[in-house]
Amino acid sequence: MFPIKESRFLSEDVKLFRVQAPRIARKRQAGQFVIVRIHEHGERIPLTIADSDVDEGTITIIVQGIGKTTRLLNELEAGDAILDVVGPLGEASEVKDFGTVVVIGGGVGTAIAYPTAVAMKQAGNHVITIVGARNSSLLILEDEVRATSDELYLMTDDGSYGEQGFVTQKLQSLIDQGRTIDHVLAIGPIPMMQAVAEVTRPHQIPTIVSLNPIMVDGTGMCGGCRVYVGGQCKFACVDGPEFDAHQVDFANLVQRNRMYRQREQESLEQFEQDPTHDLEEAHHCQMEQRFPEAGPRTV
Amino acid sequence: MTTMVDKLPPKERTKIPRQTMPEQDACERAHNFREVNLGLDEAIAQRESQRCLTCADPKCTHGCPVGVQIREVVDLVREGEYLSAAAKLREDNVLPAVTGRVCPQENQCEGACVLARRFNSLAIGYIERFVADYERETGQVGLPERAPATGKKVAIVGSGPAGLSCAGDLALKGHGVTVFEALHEIGGVLIYGIPEFRLPKEIVRQEVDNMRAMGIDFQTNVVIGKTVTIDELFEEEGYDAVFIATGAGLPKFMNIPGEELPGVYSANEFLTRVNLMKAYDRDQYDSPIYECRDRNVAIIGGGNTAMDSVRSALRLGAKNAYIIYRRSEEEMPARGEEVHHAKDEGVQFMNLHNPLEFIGNEEGNLSGVKLIKMELGEADESGRRKPIPIEGSEFVMPIDVAVVAIGTGANPLVQSTTPDMATNKWGYIVADDETLRTNKRGVFAGGDIVSGAATVILAMGAGRTAARSMHAFLETGQW
Ligand SMILES: Cc1cc2nc3c(=O)[nH]c(=O)nc-3n(C[C@H](O)[C@H](O)[C@H](O)COP(=O)(O)OP(=O)(O)OC[C@H]3O[C@@H](n4cnc5c(N)ncnc54)[C@H](O)[C@@H]3O)c2cc1C
Ligand code: SF4
Repeated sequence: MFPIKESRFLSEDVKLFRVQAPRIARKRQAGQFVIVRIHEHGERIPLTIADSDVDEGTITIIVQGIGKTTRLLNELEAGDAILDVVGPLGEASEVKDFGTVVVIGGGVGTAIAYPTAVAMKQAGNHVITIVGARNSSLLILEDEVRATSDELYLMTDDGSYGEQGFVTQKLQSLIDQGRTIDHVLAIGPIPMMQAVAEVTRPHQIPTIVSLNPIMVDGTGMCGGCRVYVGGQCKFACVDGPEFDAHQVDFANLVQRNRMYRQREQESLEQFEQDPTHDLEEAHHCQMEQRFPEAGPRTV
Repeated sequence: MTTMVDKLPPKERTKIPRQTMPEQDACERAHNFREVNLGLDEAIAQRESQRCLTCADPKCTHGCPVGVQIREVVDLVREGEYLSAAAKLREDNVLPAVTGRVCPQENQCEGACVLARRFNSLAIGYIERFVADYERETGQVGLPERAPATGKKVAIVGSGPAGLSCAGDLALKGHGVTVFEALHEIGGVLIYGIPEFRLPKEIVRQEVDNMRAMGIDFQTNVVIGKTVTIDELFEEEGYDAVFIATGAGLPKFMNIPGEELPGVYSANEFLTRVNLMKAYDRDQYDSPIYECRDRNVAIIGGGNTAMDSVRSALRLGAKNAYIIYRRSEEEMPARGEEVHHAKDEGVQFMNLHNPLEFIGNEEGNLSGVKLIKMELGEADESGRRKPIPIEGSEFVMPIDVAVVAIGTGANPLVQSTTPDMATNKWGYIVADDETLRTNKRGVFAGGDIVSGAATVILAMGAGRTAARSMHAFLETGQW
């Protein structure tokens, strides 16, 4: 059982949670993730650790409600608890003084990129951050990102906030201006990451992306998260999740992420029609937490 | 209790045929996940126990990797003393309800039984299961007495049969035992790998509950090497000794073209989705599995994992479920009973075939596999005849789902964060044969992570060996 200490919506369907998980908080480095399961009948899903507080023993996760499990998670609040949280998993981001680093976050990818931006800044880099979203209501973590960036560019598809355009347009214009860029980190929807890779490829700017394949265990045991990088099979959960963008087979990642689309759609529809059963189960878990004698569980 | 049956003269005993295991009808069971073998009733168990010749030098015990006192157990069964039989069994084997179901008896106790030379071997696995189930179902599992607390703390990494048996023995000696497990459930392969229809999960849970009652602390969701390292277990969490039993859980792929296609699974993933995540019960559980219903599913491999996968595929509704194996049935490493059950259920065996390539359709999903026929040549290092491709025999078979079950390797998470602990060239941990000590003070290792993928009973035996030498280390402090 992992108690939720705080929760708040950052935008319409993106929610931030601070979760009690002292061992994970102590170990976690930027770029790593956890796997969570909400209740006994739930699935295991990976979520990036956005932040941690060692003294308090908490980790922060930021969740976009897109499928059944993430929607259900976003129904939980402070005082509730998550059944299983395991981590920190994956390799940490490579952080050192590269010089000038461009960090690009698309949608909820901003939350995933943010901790690495902080680490890059601390390592002495000049950090340029480009944040993109479809519209102003989907922009998240603006203040936090601003505080850690030397330059910040906000881009919305519809121009409802910041500049109108895609993150790649901004990146391209920085390159065209002749700015020296030593390292790029791009995290967001697959098409965005792929587009960034194509912008930096001709200029041979080292570019890293964080991949989000489907996972089960997150410890290298199932191989479901295998991605193809430079023609080689890699397990994103243990070898990644960050890889060289110029080597990644994005088309295959898109394919593999579609494997369960129909089933995912059905589950989501069922949940939206009648979420009571799942909610009850998620809350039943808290009963156990509040009354430990009701069932043995370990934190 | 039953009536005691007088011992028959040896000649009469050999006239009794080996009793058969009652099982769910093959057509019916091929569509459900309930256990296939139903277990012996008392009358059948009695009749089977009559067949034992009570040898002066019981070969069966030599054939068992942990030396279960089979003759004594069978004697007690014949006398109707089932609980005493169970207690006798537990002296050497802490998971009898499991091994009675999953041991490859034909190569072990039953293979060594003298009856096997002229008649059929004694059905030792069935008797073992009967005794263990009797004890369990009558709720009379006698929890052994714990020695007074020693004040020492041990950490067990991994909760498969090696970890569980080590934990049980050390708890009895009075040590404080914590088991760390990466997954959300306790049991290792017994929970995530071996399917419900062969080993009901309830049996594993009961064993674990018994251990909880003995005071063992189980901590799920802890990945040693990630959440906590081995060094931190000693330095920050105050453990006095550690046993590493992380199994051989890293799936191997064939590295042939098309393996990246959606529809191609490792057996570990396929079985984890089915068993641990219960994907077969889609009304109740959220984890999905790629559609097998009315489709063609091919499993590559000939071991227990392959048999478990192919029989799971059938139960998920596959139209055709194939085993593709590059040698012949004789060389198959799977338990005999599993092959036999798979055939009865309608699995199609394509022995002496090897995949060359997976083929995708326009949508980019798996649609076929290119196979080549094989023939057997001379024996190789493993003593098995080497399969050789027959040139020009390639053909394409349409399939929608493929499961690669060609073996597993060592997961490096613990080893890579414990650089001062020796490993061999395949990444397995090096441990002394007798004491299971590694080269790192206070750290022991056993089960599949030392031996490579093996069996439940060998892992259990390793756990007990480790417990003995850990106890000695904790008592004396001598390394
Ligand atoms: C599908 C299948 C069918 C099989 N059928 C049979 C059979 O019929 N008969 C038979 O005798 N044998 C069978 N085997 C083999 C047998 O299951 C194994 O040999 C045995 O389980 C090994 O036991 P173990 O304790 O060494 O490891 P495992 O059972 O593999 O358990 C290891 C545990 O450690 C955990 N772990 C791994 N890394 C970490 C970490 N870093 N931190 C914390 N925990 C960790 C894992 O999650 C796992 O739960 C089968 C195996 C498979 C896969
Ligand atoms: S543990 Fe396995 S090998 Fe030993 S007696 Fe029991 S069934 Fe036979």
